Amino acid sequence: MNKPATPNSFRTGPDEQGMFGIFGGRFVAETLMPLILDLEDQWNKAKNDPEFKAELTALSTYYAGRPSKLYFAEGLTRHLGGAKVYFKREDLNHTGSHKINNCLGQILLAKRMGKKRIIAETGAGQHGVASATVAARFGYPCVVYMGATDVARQSPNVFRMKLLGAEVRPVTAGHGTLKDAMNEALRDWVTNVEDTYYLIGTAAGPHPYPEMVRDFQSVIGSEARAQIVEQEGRLPDVIIAAVGGGSNAIGLFHPFLDDKDVRIIGIEAGGRGLDGVEHCASMNAGRPGVLHGNRTYLLQNADGQILDGHSISAGLDYPGVGPEHSWLRDSGRVEYVPILDDEALAAFQLTTRVEGIIPALESAHAIAHAVKIVPKMDKDQIVIVNLSGRGDKDVHTVANMLGMEI
Amino acid sequence: MTTRIDRRMAKLKAEGRPALVTYIMGGDPDYDTSLSIMKALPISGSDIIELGMPFSDPMADGPAIQAAGLRALKGGQTLARTLKMASEFRAGDDETPIVLMGYYNPIYIYGVDRFLADAKASGIDGLIVVDLPPEMDEELCIPALKAGVNFIRLATPTTDDKRLPKVLENTSGFVYYVSMTGITGSALADTAKVSAAVKRIKGHTELPVCVGFGVKTAEQARVIGASADGVVVGTAIVNAVANVLGPKGEKTADPAEAVATLVSGLAQGVRSARLAAAE
Repeated sequence: MNKPATPNSFRTGPDEQGMFGIFGGRFVAETLMPLILDLEDQWNKAKNDPEFKAELTALSTYYAGRPSKLYFAEGLTRHLGGAKVYFKREDLNHTGSHKINNCLGQILLAKRMGKKRIIAETGAGQHGVASATVAARFGYPCVVYMGATDVARQSPNVFRMKLLGAEVRPVTAGHGTLKDAMNEALRDWVTNVEDTYYLIGTAAGPHPYPEMVRDFQSVIGSEARAQIVEQEGRLPDVIIAAVGGGSNAIGLFHPFLDDKDVRIIGIEAGGRGLDGVEHCASMNAGRPGVLHGNRTYLLQNADGQILDGHSISAGLDYPGVGPEHSWLRDSGRVEYVPILDDEALAAFQLTTRVEGIIPALESAHAIAHAVKIVPKMDKDQIVIVNLSGRGDKDVHTVANMLGMEI
Repeated sequence: MTTRIDRRMAKLKAEGRPALVTYIMGGDPDYDTSLSIMKALPISGSDIIELGMPFSDPMADGPAIQAAGLRALKGGQTLARTLKMASEFRAGDDETPIVLMGYYNPIYIYGVDRFLADAKASGIDGLIVVDLPPEMDEELCIPALKAGVNFIRLATPTTDDKRLPKVLENTSGFVYYVSMTGITGSALADTAKVSAAVKRIKGHTELPVCVGFGVKTAEQARVIGASADGVVVGTAIVNAVANVLGPKGEKTADPAEAVATLVSGLAQGVRSARLAAAE
């Protein structure tokens, strides 16, 4: 891969065509193209409209509970015996993860656009729950596409979505995971173009979604940056987040991209190891390709057929990644490293025991990397880990992994 | 530069009838069977062949074509084998136009320049790539046109008059009008609306306009063919293959024969289209 020249700023993308270098773009069927152009137009107007900003800020504050706290994880810090570890507590948001940040922004956009129906895809169910939540709050019918495998392993979230009035449609194609759910959501959208708003849950898909979702999630990094300066009087040495599609990660990373001394690390799902096919480390083991409206790193075979991948965490179980991450990888600004299922599981248990916080398995991947590097760092150094969601939804999976019945 | 598509369309125009464009999934259910189906198409009255390139994630396709693609991939089909199939067909038929239809990623991974060279050498006349709108023309459309391969664009009910010129700009061979907003294999849209849309597109281009998505029967082919320059049938043909496969994929009858029977009926439909319209 040719390494692009280092830009003056890493925060100016995408260009007008929706490209981050060679990544991103608008690889969609013609039927959807006018819709995507309309969305881009409406988004450009909304983001500069003080009324839109004010409404989003009010909802974020009083409905979602922002700002989320930046918490000094004293127990984990003591246990690891190195740098100070802080958690950005996205798990404390309404609905239990960072997903609400994006859903509130997009539902306000859907309202502005006069749409009548919301569709969404979901992996772990966190985005499905957040979508069902905002649909309930704003009175929209909502259909959530979810892979049949994920429906089985995330049953508490499926029930939550149903309680919230959403219809959950299980998708049996492929391995029945996030990729297949996204295919089916796109098929719904291309059929119901008149009245339907597609609420994409991650910073991927055709332009303008990667940019728009990033902007809605950047509240994470903007807050964290101000909070660490307030609490420690300086910027962190390292920031870490898990990357599935990559929305919580880009949300944390983006405000720090031009802080040259901050080391930024994204964690991919290493599954059962990168030697086989049972992982979702698209940036470590994949190559650039085109899927779901954008060019990005993908797990695929020599014929360009997309592989299914595997992760213990349904939220990371996706063979691609948001295009901006692919660009940040190639430009060298962000390091992307894999964490195995077992390592994430151990970090999940450790955090529960020493912090009294049950993290989502996705977030446990990020913590697992902190567990590796923090002991080798100086005590006056600072690491921020994005605790993107709470782990209540994962207790069945974890029990299963540990050979217990609940 | 004229292609087999241009020549075939000119010939049919002179005959005063629309084209029957038939879609099959390359390699479904296996290479040899699929090649025999392909060879049966022109004999049964197909004027243009759309050869599907299987893809793991066909976002614009309904269950029938999704399943056909998976059968083909399971049978070992690759883009290289689809090109080989075309060239084997071409050895016995140098007239019938072949249009490759599918998604961009397998082509991107194969390499655009290498793909165009190999496609040209295999006797491919045109490309329909679902996930490459005009905004992405630099990727494949422009290189294809330079290589002398037609790039056939989809126009849809959401393509309004303002956008239509952009969609038509680099289109060649014919325009593929998607009869409805939806995926392949859905119910046919209101035929009066389709006719009006065809007329609207013809106001913007000299190119032939073929209509697809939802055409399953000879009667539908006849009605659509009254106003369009061609009628595309895909899902019905793919289903004809699926219907003669047992639960384990074993053949319970000859798929080529099943397809031939269906296509012969469709061919009668398009051949009577203008007569019926004139009545």
